[in-house]
Amino acid sequence: MKELICIVCPRGCRLTVDDDLNVTGNFCPRGAVYGKQEVTNPTRVITSIVRIEGSDLAMCPVKTSAPIKKGNIFKAMEEINKVKINAPIHIGDVIIKDICGEEGVDLVATRNMEAI
Amino acid sequence: MREVELAIIGGGSAGLAAAVAAYDNGIRDIVILERGAFLGGILNQCIHNGFGLTEFKEELTGPEFAARFIKQVEDRNIEYYLNSVVSNLTEDKVLTYQNSTEGVVQLKAKAIVMAAGCLERSAGAIALPGDRPAGVMSAGQAQLFLNQFGYLVGKRVFILGSGDIGLIMARRMTLEGAKVLGVAELCAWSNGLNRNMVQCLDDYGIPLYLSHTVTKVVGKSRLEKVIISEVDECKRPIPGTEKEFDCDTLILSIGLIPNNGLLNNLGIAQGRSRGSEVDENFETSIPGIFSAGNVLHVHDLVDNVVEEARVAGINAAKYIKGEKLDSEKDIKVTAGNMIGYVVPAKISSIGEDKATFKFRVREPSKNVYIVYTLNGKEIKKVFKPVIIPSEMEIQSLPKSLFNGESGELVVSLIKKEEK
Repeated sequence: MKELICIVCPRGCRLTVDDDLNVTGNFCPRGAVYGKQEVTNPTRVITSIVRIEGSDLAMCPVKTSAPIKKGNIFKAMEEINKVKINAPIHIGDVIIKDICGEEGVDLVATRNMEAI
Repeated sequence: MREVELAIIGGGSAGLAAAVAAYDNGIRDIVILERGAFLGGILNQCIHNGFGLTEFKEELTGPEFAARFIKQVEDRNIEYYLNSVVSNLTEDKVLTYQNSTEGVVQLKAKAIVMAAGCLERSAGAIALPGDRPAGVMSAGQAQLFLNQFGYLVGKRVFILGSGDIGLIMARRMTLEGAKVLGVAELCAWSNGLNRNMVQCLDDYGIPLYLSHTVTKVVGKSRLEKVIISEVDECKRPIPGTEKEFDCDTLILSIGLIPNNGLLNNLGIAQGRSRGSEVDENFETSIPGIFSAGNVLHVHDLVDNVVEEARVAGINAAKYIKGEKLDSEKDIKVTAGNMIGYVVPAKISSIGEDKATFKFRVREPSKNVYIVYTLNGKEIKKVFKPVIIPSEMEIQSLPKSLFNGESGELVVSLIKKEEK
């Protein structure tokens, strides 16, 4: 049995996951999914920034389009820190495809940055 | 002097939501005045996710959340001025603002929504003991430097205060290659959201020192080390409990305070949240001046900010159109036992079918009732298995419970009797 705090939303439900992967204490169904996932294969969405040229700010915020394996977080940061992009960039534009080789998970822009 | 129907002070989440709500309720002549270079306010530097679960039913980052509201404002062609600082406001609703293109401008509005957000408490505010070297800064400042300008402000970092921005910066700086040595929190409990304790500290093995504070800052030109000590129940440092951390950066995440100077200058009464006292329409004691968002009381979630600002925007629209804003606000609301503050400060015993209260408890508590008493008579109690200061509580009561009675409503926390 494992006690967890759900991080799906800011509510922060206190979950209990038993040895058969039954989740209790969750307020919504997403908590049950999280509880199961967290004890079997924990994942996180990573948010960061990449250097952008030609816009009015130096950095463009980005996120992974889905959670990636927890063990891949620092590997993802290495890939993110190597990238340079050029304005204009729009929310959802793919910056790195299949980040850390995780199929279907892209690094995408989270801010509209017009060229100046 | 230019005259407009509605002037909104602040183009962050609250200001944008209020503007859109007023527009959608028939007001066209709206001006938003934003101090920064972009609409969206602090959301632009909050690049982490977790925003929008209530508002948009999906998890967004700060800039994405802001972009949705900026689009709503632009789709409606609502006028806004950037880099424009409001420096004065009179009781007659004459605003003075300045920017580099127009110079100093006066603007008269029929109604005002104050949505200027909040400010971070500084080292001076807590009389941080010791030297004043470079490398001591607020969490929001470190966040701005890193997320918008791309500068990592330090390599070995200690954090004072377990507020959410501090926790989020612990993770951000760790991801960018800094070593975060620990977080000290004066209280015996964390002041951040639970999820941030887990995904910002636990995930990266960053220790949290509860009931600890920084008792000495040491450094000549750049910070060299901080000394922390454990504190007793009265929050006094206990001699002999000192721990030393060699670090080049101390980040302060020690609380936020409503940025409410403009309304304080008008003599509007200040509530315990340190924002202006408002009624359930978010109107202050000066008719036509409304206040919402973090300038009224500091929120945990932007979703709650926009919800509140929308109500203020709708009521500002009603005021401009000359519609009566309910009836007399004949019930005074006060914070009782173990309650930090309650918003609103005044409600009407009749009118809308329910009254909504937002408040924070002073300490984490288990198995308690939130008790509402009107003129000393208990009218409602709500059981809470767990209640903590870092999560704002929002509760609604049907107005039928008031029976048309005016007077004083007290919100208190009472421990459930042990059986």
